[in-house]
Amino acid sequence: MASFKPTKIQVYPKLGEKVTQDTLYWKNYKAPVQIKEFGAVTHIDFSPVAPHNFAVTAFTRVCWHLFVHIYGPFSQEPVKTFTRFKDTAYSGRFRSDGQLLVAGCEDSVVRLFDVGGKVALRMFRGHTKAVHVTDFTSDRYQILTGSDDYTCRLWDIPNSTELNTYQEHTDYIRCGVTSKLNRDLFITGSYDHTLKLFDARVDRSVMTMDHGQPVESLLLYPSEGLLVSAGGRYVKVWDLLKGGQPLVSLKNHHKTVTSLCLSTNGQRLLSASLDRHVKVYNTTNYKVVHNFDYAASILSLALAPDDESIVVGMTNSILSIKHRKSPEESKEISGQQRRRPSYRVFVKGKNYVPKQDDYLVSKPVKQHLAKYDKQLKKFNVSKALDTALETWTRHRKPEITVAVIKELDRRGTLNNALAGRDEQGLSQLLNFLIGNLVDPRFAPVLVTAAEMILDIYHSVIGQSPVVDRQLLRLQELLEREIDYQQDLLEVLGMLDTMFASALPRKEVPCSGASRSNGLAQGEASTSRAQLQAT
Amino acid sequence: MVEHGDIRVVHRGGSKINFRKPVITNDSRFLLCASGESVKVFSTSTEECIHDLRGHTDLVTGVLIKPSNHLQAFSCSADGTVRLWDFTDGILIKVRLLPSIVVCPVLSVSVSSQSLFQLVAVHLPQSGDQLVEARELSAVLTGISSNPAATVFGRGGEYIASANGLQLEVYFFKKQKAYRFSLKEDNKKGGKNTFTCVACHPNDDCIATGHEDGKIRLWRNFNHKKEYTYSTLHWHHSAVSSLSFTPEGTNLLSGGIESVLVQWRYNQENQRDFLPRLGAAITHIAVSPDGALYCTSHSDNKITIIQSCVKVSAVIQGLVKGESVGTDLMIDPRSKSLVLNGKPGHLQFYSLQRDKLLYNLDIVQQEYIHESGLQQFEVVKAAFDASGNWLATVEERKQKGAELELNLKLWAFDEQTQSFVLNTTISAPHEAQITGMCFSHATDSQTTMLVSTSKDGHFKAWQLAAQSQTDGKQPSVCPCPSWSCDFVGAYHGLVPECCSFSADGSLLAVSFQEVVTVWSPASWELLTTLSQPPKAIRNLCFGRLSCSKYLLGTTDSNLLCCWNLLTCSLEWSTSMDVSLLLADPLSENMAAFCCQAGCTDLFVFKPSEPRPLFSQKAVCSGMVTRAVFAPREEMLESCEESSQWLNRSQLYFLTQYMDLMTFTTKTEEERLMASSKQLVIDDSVAMTPFYLLLGKHRQQQQGGDDPQSGVSAERTPLPQGSVAIKELLQTPAHVLPSTSFLCSMFVQSLLISVTDSSKHAEEEMESEKEEEDSEEEIESSRTRPEQQAAVGGGEAAESAAPAMTKAQVRELRRVKKLDHSWLAGLLDS
Repeated sequence: MASFKPTKIQVYPKLGEKVTQDTLYWKNYKAPVQIKEFGAVTHIDFSPVAPHNFAVTAFTRVCWHLFVHIYGPFSQEPVKTFTRFKDTAYSGRFRSDGQLLVAGCEDSVVRLFDVGGKVALRMFRGHTKAVHVTDFTSDRYQILTGSDDYTCRLWDIPNSTELNTYQEHTDYIRCGVTSKLNRDLFITGSYDHTLKLFDARVDRSVMTMDHGQPVESLLLYPSEGLLVSAGGRYVKVWDLLKGGQPLVSLKNHHKTVTSLCLSTNGQRLLSASLDRHVKVYNTTNYKVVHNFDYAASILSLALAPDDESIVVGMTNSILSIKHRKSPEESKEISGQQRRRPSYRVFVKGKNYVPKQDDYLVSKPVKQHLAKYDKQLKKFNVSKALDTALETWTRHRKPEITVAVIKELDRRGTLNNALAGRDEQGLSQLLNFLIGNLVDPRFAPVLVTAAEMILDIYHSVIGQSPVVDRQLLRLQELLEREIDYQQDLLEVLGMLDTMFASALPRKEVPCSGASRSNGLAQGEASTSRAQLQAT
Repeated sequence: MVEHGDIRVVHRGGSKINFRKPVITNDSRFLLCASGESVKVFSTSTEECIHDLRGHTDLVTGVLIKPSNHLQAFSCSADGTVRLWDFTDGILIKVRLLPSIVVCPVLSVSVSSQSLFQLVAVHLPQSGDQLVEARELSAVLTGISSNPAATVFGRGGEYIASANGLQLEVYFFKKQKAYRFSLKEDNKKGGKNTFTCVACHPNDDCIATGHEDGKIRLWRNFNHKKEYTYSTLHWHHSAVSSLSFTPEGTNLLSGGIESVLVQWRYNQENQRDFLPRLGAAITHIAVSPDGALYCTSHSDNKITIIQSCVKVSAVIQGLVKGESVGTDLMIDPRSKSLVLNGKPGHLQFYSLQRDKLLYNLDIVQQEYIHESGLQQFEVVKAAFDASGNWLATVEERKQKGAELELNLKLWAFDEQTQSFVLNTTISAPHEAQITGMCFSHATDSQTTMLVSTSKDGHFKAWQLAAQSQTDGKQPSVCPCPSWSCDFVGAYHGLVPECCSFSADGSLLAVSFQEVVTVWSPASWELLTTLSQPPKAIRNLCFGRLSCSKYLLGTTDSNLLCCWNLLTCSLEWSTSMDVSLLLADPLSENMAAFCCQAGCTDLFVFKPSEPRPLFSQKAVCSGMVTRAVFAPREEMLESCEESSQWLNRSQLYFLTQYMDLMTFTTKTEEERLMASSKQLVIDDSVAMTPFYLLLGKHRQQQQGGDDPQSGVSAERTPLPQGSVAIKELLQTPAHVLPSTSFLCSMFVQSLLISVTDSSKHAEEEMESEKEEEDSEEEIESSRTRPEQQAAVGGGEAAESAAPAMTKAQVRELRRVKKLDHSWLAGLLDS
């Protein structure tokens, strides 16, 4: 007497992301700490010296957070706040020694602060419109500013005088970066779609690159051979050593990219966008390897040295800080998960090996069956379907419900199981169909079930408004799906013709015995097949 | 034509054992069942076949224990004879000839004449001769059903009940009167009322009948034409195929296609016991005379022995033969067993050497619903890789109006459990039916590759994915490697039919209708195409060993082609209608089965030579579509040219009627005969309480004997068991030569045997005197002279011993081992 074989639940491949090294790395962050700021967070800058504080520019103030990762995640209080701004502050940046901080303002005045003090050390006046870009040059004594008056200027810190003015852009300058290796070079990006590389020694731009979109953010590689610019939906990489030749153009966001950032080892590039995503690219092949989702459109992004934390500022004035899990923590969590089902209880006595003189009393092993299997074993088909349609199963594990429907169909009793349902039962069934019918994994099974339901209940259509509404929804869903399929087929056809024309034809070596009755096309069909396989 | 005098085609794999109802002997130790042309005796406890009662020349149609002597059994056959057997020793006792074909035995015998079956009583004449012709036949009933389950004796042979169609007929022997009861064609609900089987209560006037719609009717009061009554029991959902009362009449057993044994309490019919999931549809139910064992035979060639309706105690399983074999015949490279479709959704592993089913591998792993007309998953293709580590199976389910459901499963051999474990399931590997599947043969290559061809116009290569490349952080994302698609190939949208790998795995040939494409599996390049229009390729086969440069193919237009792959040209072709072409994996030989005029001919040839090595006309009737070369355990050494192809491997094939046949040589047969004699297992003494009691007593007796007859016991035990002694003792005294002649020979033979027993000399001297006194008595008994003579011999040896050299002693010991051969030699003379 064989035992009952339970219904096989098909294991479907998990849709969505694959587990790679990158996902493991970038997922290894704790739950974010969220800090409410006073306005949209426009700029975040990390201090280059330890402890790596970071400056957050939001609305009329530049906050200065202490970043110490050993403390708990909730001890994130602003260390210092600079509030001497008459209007919205922009672009608060640290000097490379971490002692000074510069910030632009809507009122066109650029202020320089000492990290320890509260009052501005210097005020640079000269711009006529809001200053969105500020930065220190690599020799630490000069400041670069870019403004909405289309000019960018260099200032001397000791004398607080203007050294030079560059008026080459024809629109707002919204981003700029100074070279860390050469004190005279800096690059600005403007809403006139161009990037310009200036050399302070020659008083004018030495290189101009056309981004094609208003430029929102700039980033120089540590080697300074490559430049990354973000504007519109594009992220572009330029080779400066080849005279500003475009290298790659990435279009992975569906809204304007606002901020760029490089991981510490230079292997990964991060871009943040108004579409609420942060994408991580591999800098060798520029493929997206990971993706972060946030609650609101992102304006600014920064990565702490050694990738210890990711700080993101959003339009809803929330600053989100994610700290990396320490190795102990990540281990601890997995350890806890392993301990949760008290393993010892389950194996109690099971690993006991009988000794020589022991008399072994064998107990029949009881087979544990799922609820629906118990009903199936008794041939209670309707009840089996009812159990499989229970709310939890239906929502969380639709594959179980589908497997039971499939099993009933195999037994030839699906009709009996579906029939004889009241309004509530029928609407439950239809709800399940609406939710899962177009899922390609379940479609073959559910289409037969749907046909049977329509056959059985077509006489009662029009009696219940609930059921009628659901049937209409189902119809609508199917029509839409058919349209999609048609579109897809068209696309497939187009692709086929493209591949067929793009691939070179190669002559197949034909034997003397075989006749060459159009055998030469064999190669083309082969390569097409290969494409399908990948 | 080549001579082939000593090669014969023989049946293998046994015949059906579920053809007729099995019989359990009175002591419940043996089970007799009709199996093809013989009656097989199985042990109910060990499941072994003890005797094979051979003698009938046609299908055995029934077996019955002789009521007056329960150690003998009748068997009847379609050859028109009834034979009486002693089944414990396997001896044929009597043969009776009947004028026409016997279909089934009841107590007397029913006889068919052409298409009309009638029940006749045969008076078996008492005669001493072995061959008796029975002439006294008297017809009892005419127009009975051909199914023996529909005719049964009731209540100690007072009446006989027989059902046919919609009519039940009861014949009373005393009154010589028959009553007929008819049922309507269909009842209101549309159920079919046709009778399927009948059973009679042993003590009560009650007949149980089974019906087509699953109902069981209990008829009472049937000795009245009008006032008969019946009650209905209904549990089965489809036809009741067998009914049986227990010997006490307390229970009624019924079974049908549901494969559930139902036990109804007599007179309390609402109480039922079930024994579900017996594996396959029940065809017969038999109960042992003491009611302890039930026995059900099933449609999958299986007999299940059940202890008191609760526990399956033994399963006797024959080779499962369905209507067709979806998978090819295959050889498992590890166990060297034959693999083919078994029970629905299973693969069976059948040991060819032991002629026994090893196990069934559950491929589908789904509850089988025993209901006719239901489309279930069937295993349609299977393939082994060269080392036997991987098994690929394809299961298929085609429902009317629905999409074809296909699953490709890959099984890995698990060393620990010694069976196949499911590794990968690929649902819907192709969009249409899979037409062919094969593994790459190369054993040395790192990766294993499987190629499947399908009617959707593609062929796909599947490869075992390497171990997961995660290191360090998460080592066990996927610990075991799994299979995935490596390549999809197509050729002009034509449908691929066959695929074949070359012996070293470097080439893959796929046939697309009339074109054979040759691919390189390493780079998936189309190397060349070969074609021989106008018809599609049917079989494709690479040569082996020295002939590996040849590719052979057969076409629908009766052409056998051989291409040379080095020159890419046709080497030779011949016109013959080859239905199956296959290569011997161990030699260059190829076998081609050709269908001609309803018969199949076999040709064995080497691709390099146009002349066949062996050919046999009319191997069997009908077309052969499945065959396989099975490697031999030990090589045969036949020097004859015609049988050399059978040296390394044996060719098995399935005929149209699903009989498994093979070719044997004469020498092999002789060896088989010799070995089969040793294989008989002595199961004649079972452990019963009585045996324990008696056996103990006997042992004690033996123990007690020893001190009394110490003289003889201390020497070698009496050779009563020896055949020669037995024969000597049973032969009449007047036939024997004179005792003195015997004695001298006997003494001579014993001269040697007592060189070691010098210390018993004194005792023997004493006992000798006693025995001399009673010399006359000794003469009368048969065993004592031997003792006496032995004593004398011992004495003689004693005196002779010191004179012998060591070499002589050794020589004598050697002779001693010959034991009682002297007697045998004497008797022969």
